[in-house]
Amino acid sequence: MAGTAAGGARQSRAAPYLLIAPGVLWLAVFYVVPIVSLAQTSVGVADGPWWDGYQRALTGYGSHFFRSLRYAFAATLLALVLGYPLAYVIAFRAGRLKTLLLGLVILPFFTTFLVRTFAWKTILNDGGPAVRMLQQLHLLAPDGRLLDTTIAVIGGLTYNFLPFMVLPIYVSLEKIDRRLVEAAQDLYSTPRGAFRKVVLPLSLPGVFAGSLLTFIPAAGDFINAELLGSPNQQMIGTVIQNQFLEVRDYPLAAALSFVMMLLITLGVLAYARLLGTEELA
Amino acid sequence: MPDRGRTFGQRLGTWVVDGYAALVLVYLLLPILVIVLYSFNKPAGRFNFVWKSFSLDAWRNPLRYDALVEAMKLSLSVAAISTLVAALFGTLIALALTRYRFRGSAPVGLLLVLPLTTPEVVLGSSLLTLFLDLNVRTGFATIVIAHIMFSVSYVALTVRARIRGFDWTLEEAAMDLGATPLRVFRKVTLPLILPGIVAAGMLSFALSLDDFIITLFNAGSSVTYPLYVYGARRAAFPPQINVLATAILLLSLFALTATHLWQHRTLPQQPGRKLPPA
Repeated sequence: MAGTAAGGARQSRAAPYLLIAPGVLWLAVFYVVPIVSLAQTSVGVADGPWWDGYQRALTGYGSHFFRSLRYAFAATLLALVLGYPLAYVIAFRAGRLKTLLLGLVILPFFTTFLVRTFAWKTILNDGGPAVRMLQQLHLLAPDGRLLDTTIAVIGGLTYNFLPFMVLPIYVSLEKIDRRLVEAAQDLYSTPRGAFRKVVLPLSLPGVFAGSLLTFIPAAGDFINAELLGSPNQQMIGTVIQNQFLEVRDYPLAAALSFVMMLLITLGVLAYARLLGTEELA
Repeated sequence: MPDRGRTFGQRLGTWVVDGYAALVLVYLLLPILVIVLYSFNKPAGRFNFVWKSFSLDAWRNPLRYDALVEAMKLSLSVAAISTLVAALFGTLIALALTRYRFRGSAPVGLLLVLPLTTPEVVLGSSLLTLFLDLNVRTGFATIVIAHIMFSVSYVALTVRARIRGFDWTLEEAAMDLGATPLRVFRKVTLPLILPGIVAAGMLSFALSLDDFIITLFNAGSSVTYPLYVYGARRAAFPPQINVLATAILLLSLFALTATHLWQHRTLPQQPGRKLPPA
């Protein structure tokens, strides 16, 4: 191993710890300690039992939690349905266009998230091109709207986190040995059979990673709901933000945040068991 | 996959898949087109949400709004500082994880992944409770602290993925040939890991420039570019916002292309993985 030539066994034993020290300390102080501090704040109720914050969080905002999880689930499913074929085409059929197409997939990252979401507001605006086209096709009532609807919010969430779905699936498809697919075809498997028995199972780690990278930020997001939805589409992130920064009811705010984290963690664990993979990174 | 022995139905199937993928790309790119297009709009009122007429006004006068310019400057300095620190910390962790086997490397790997699987509202709000507990006033410093926190993980994981499997015996060879440790680092180690660090640094810079939720919790009265855009939904949304967004896009494309060309010039075929025959 490296380091042995430089300064003997003693130095090399301390070396990795010295290398990780600054970054790990930073994460300990500004990631782990804050989570502990959040937990303490959530039970630091001034008058009343310690669980008061949690009780109010669950009784008062249960529908917000439920809605956030529902929207995030719908967005993840849509992103999978839209993203998998795109990743497949880039990995297997793009040829020389591969780098260009991958570049187009990550292009949205280079324009600000908020400005992109405002662009959807422009596209879906009342009297805008999308609404007028749908009205002419009689798919939308003459006074129908796209903005301030559940469809707009879920569409916005799907859009914003779609690259996080495409990229891991692409990586896992790219890793598949092409000879396996050819072998399946040589053994008289139809293209569809080869896809179902060879390609799809081998790409599941990518589907798993992509689903998490879409679901987690989508459940915590509140920008899409605020810009593209009405108060009827409000998600839990808005409530947490509002309680922390405007109302300043810290035990309730911290309890809401903590419940959110627990729900996501439970969801991730359940999903990991479902797909039978422990691979996170 | 080879096209041999395919029926018309199967070929039709692949056309459908290709067309579908193309439509998904259109969905991904449509808002970007709208952003660029609306930077040339002359809106009727204070909000640039409805097309009125073509104009170069915003491009002629991109720095017209002082608050917007100040917000952009703040975002750029936050991104620069947090990227430098995170690139250093993250690279050191990646080096430790790829080059040494040590007790505790598995928990370190978990610690790196956890911030990525924690929703941003939780990251932002928990950091705020720490600052409240310690009576720290939120502002520039707390934004930088938060951005370093979420960037370290991205840098460490990106650099680790890039340098895994490198041939580190090159270093020993250099030392056997009498190079000092400093010279070995400058002439062998750094050139090997630099492309990975540059890629991770660009990712970290882009994430910092774009971050809204974590920043919102820890910004105090400071206003970054995304926070300015958020506030603009109430007061006024000038086309200059689109001009700056387009400028960021063009600069990123330029930086990406430049590093791509640079890496292909200095690294013709991923050296380090394979030594050219002597």
